[in-house]
Amino acid sequence: MPNNIDPALFRGMTQRRLGRRDALRMGGVSAFAMALAACGVEGTGEPATSAAPDAVAKFWAGKASTKHVDFANWPLYMDPKQPELKKFTAETGITVKYQEVIQEMAPWFAKVQPQLKAGQSIGYDLMVITNGIQFKQFKDSGFLAPLDHAKLPNFAANAAAKYKNEAFDPGNQYSVPWTSGITGIAYDPAKVTRPITKLADLWDPAFKGKVGMFSDTQELGNFGMMVLGINPEKSTPDDWQKAAAKLKEQKSAGVLRNYYDQSYIDALGKGEVWITQAWSGDVFQKNASEGSNFKFVIPQEGGTLWTDNFTIPVTATSPVDAQTLIDFFYRVDIAASLAEYIQYVCPVPAAQAQIKVDAAKLSGDDKTSMEAVADSPLVFPVAGDYANLHYYREFTTVAEQQAYQKVFEPIVLG
Amino acid sequence: MRRALAPYFLILPGGLWLLLFFAVPMITMLSLSLQQGDVVSGYVFTFHWQTYVDAIANYRTQLVRSLVYGAVATLVLIVLAFPVAYWIAFYGGRRKPTYLFLLLLPFFVSFVLRTISWRQILTDEGMLLGPLKQIHLLPSAFHILGTPFAVICGLVYNFLPFMVLPIYVALERIDPRIVEAARDLYANPGTAFRKVVFPLALPGVFAGVLMTFVPVSADYVNSAVLGSSSTTMIGQVIQAQYLVNSDYPTASALSFVLMAVLLIGVFAYARALGTEDVMKVAAR
Repeated sequence: MPNNIDPALFRGMTQRRLGRRDALRMGGVSAFAMALAACGVEGTGEPATSAAPDAVAKFWAGKASTKHVDFANWPLYMDPKQPELKKFTAETGITVKYQEVIQEMAPWFAKVQPQLKAGQSIGYDLMVITNGIQFKQFKDSGFLAPLDHAKLPNFAANAAAKYKNEAFDPGNQYSVPWTSGITGIAYDPAKVTRPITKLADLWDPAFKGKVGMFSDTQELGNFGMMVLGINPEKSTPDDWQKAAAKLKEQKSAGVLRNYYDQSYIDALGKGEVWITQAWSGDVFQKNASEGSNFKFVIPQEGGTLWTDNFTIPVTATSPVDAQTLIDFFYRVDIAASLAEYIQYVCPVPAAQAQIKVDAAKLSGDDKTSMEAVADSPLVFPVAGDYANLHYYREFTTVAEQQAYQKVFEPIVLG
Repeated sequence: MRRALAPYFLILPGGLWLLLFFAVPMITMLSLSLQQGDVVSGYVFTFHWQTYVDAIANYRTQLVRSLVYGAVATLVLIVLAFPVAYWIAFYGGRRKPTYLFLLLLPFFVSFVLRTISWRQILTDEGMLLGPLKQIHLLPSAFHILGTPFAVICGLVYNFLPFMVLPIYVALERIDPRIVEAARDLYANPGTAFRKVVFPLALPGVFAGVLMTFVPVSADYVNSAVLGSSSTTMIGQVIQAQYLVNSDYPTASALSFVLMAVLLIGVFAYARALGTEDVMKVAAR
């Protein structure tokens, strides 16, 4: 540009002048842009780290029993004959509709989030959700009702100390455990002829096309890290990238068959996978109900320990009865009866003695198998058993959690 | 005056319908695709075009894969559908309506259910592969499910009538006397088919391609039920971004990219083969 010309004049001479039509057109564009901006999606609430002191009183004021509870849970989490719920109805007169509608956390959150955001009932008064990314999302969005511990005497009396101070929900403000479980490896010994001991077995080309992994980004990422000797709880973004590369390797080599939600257990049953990432109690229930002979192992590198929790959505129509039901599951006899069937980690230590009492009343194989439950480290782990287990990584910021998901989501989505 | 306004009144119901159920969702989606944030603290409109860049970079493989599956399935569909349509049109006689009804009969059952049935049939130790594995005709790790083959078979199966019907309509309209004339002019049956019947059926093929390629490429059910994570199609990615990850911007951006790619493809195709004939077929 010649430097003796005033830049403003130069611009004025060379630039296209705006006519009336242009102005109108631009007006249209900006109106359109405003319309676009107006479609913004509102947030679901300020991240609440702890409930206000009067939150409990405020939530429960005016709430009354309706004598009915709609209960959303995962499959393989109760005897299909529902003996505990039948007993509950017989004793309290409160009916329970139990539905196994939760297969994986992320889709469950995505499914109920719009209704909860709009302040509508999701059709359930009680839901069992896993600690992890979505638990935090539920909590931070203000979707979980603060529990009234005055109404949970059995929990106070019977729950193990460990469950009264979980990192993801200090003081059990919004949740109390349904059960804990361990993520390990399940396999079919009829197809897998050598014993499975380590995570690297999930990468073994001998099982090409027959290995299953979880589609949940935390479950998947954890195993990707643990196979490399990284502790997921203390992992860094660099570790995530390494784990992602390791997981991609499993897939591109054709070793992996597919990523599964709870349906992995059917895939194992149908012979679609021979060896798969698995949740501890499922295999025992599958074996008990179908006479199969699948094995569950905690690999040498360790498994992960998680907790599935009772929570009451804020929009529940019958929160009072839901809370009564929660406390009912902390009665020693009920906790024992549930653990006997589902064989997940029982949050009520006194249930162990109860199961032994129950076993003494039986005879033969039933007696041996029930005694085995009472002594199982997968149901009543002793302190040493936890040494080899890892915990989920707690994300402190949303950005961190999103960064994590962006690393592992594309792997699951192929 | 009233006469002049009449056409506008006539277009009003359809126009309103389009505005409400097409334009509004599209604008909402366009807006979503340019927003930033997360599901807990909310999404804010920021003209964040980077979402498009990231979405394409992360999911290019799935997009290309979908178009390849779509193209392969469409070609297979033409090869399978043409003889069926030809046979019904020329040899169906008075049973033509019956044959067409049989063709549509599976549609009385939800296509998701039918696809799941295929899953039961094709499963690794199911009624098809189980016996073959037991007599050691197949290695025990052999599987059909989870492969591109299974997904494309599912796509072809589910969309077959959409290809047969337009081709049938085109063939059915051919005056038999034209074929007779060709024979009178010493064309043998092969030449008559090649030079007379096939060109006249092309508009039907064209319409069939339009009716199958677009939905097949965007399908998300067949790959989810019959495939595995190595056959993920773009429709599944969009579905998962909306309904699993609550990542609305990425889902919306991918929807627009898919739509743009398909529109460009369809326009290029229409330009190459001409739309007039298609319009004629449609007008009949």
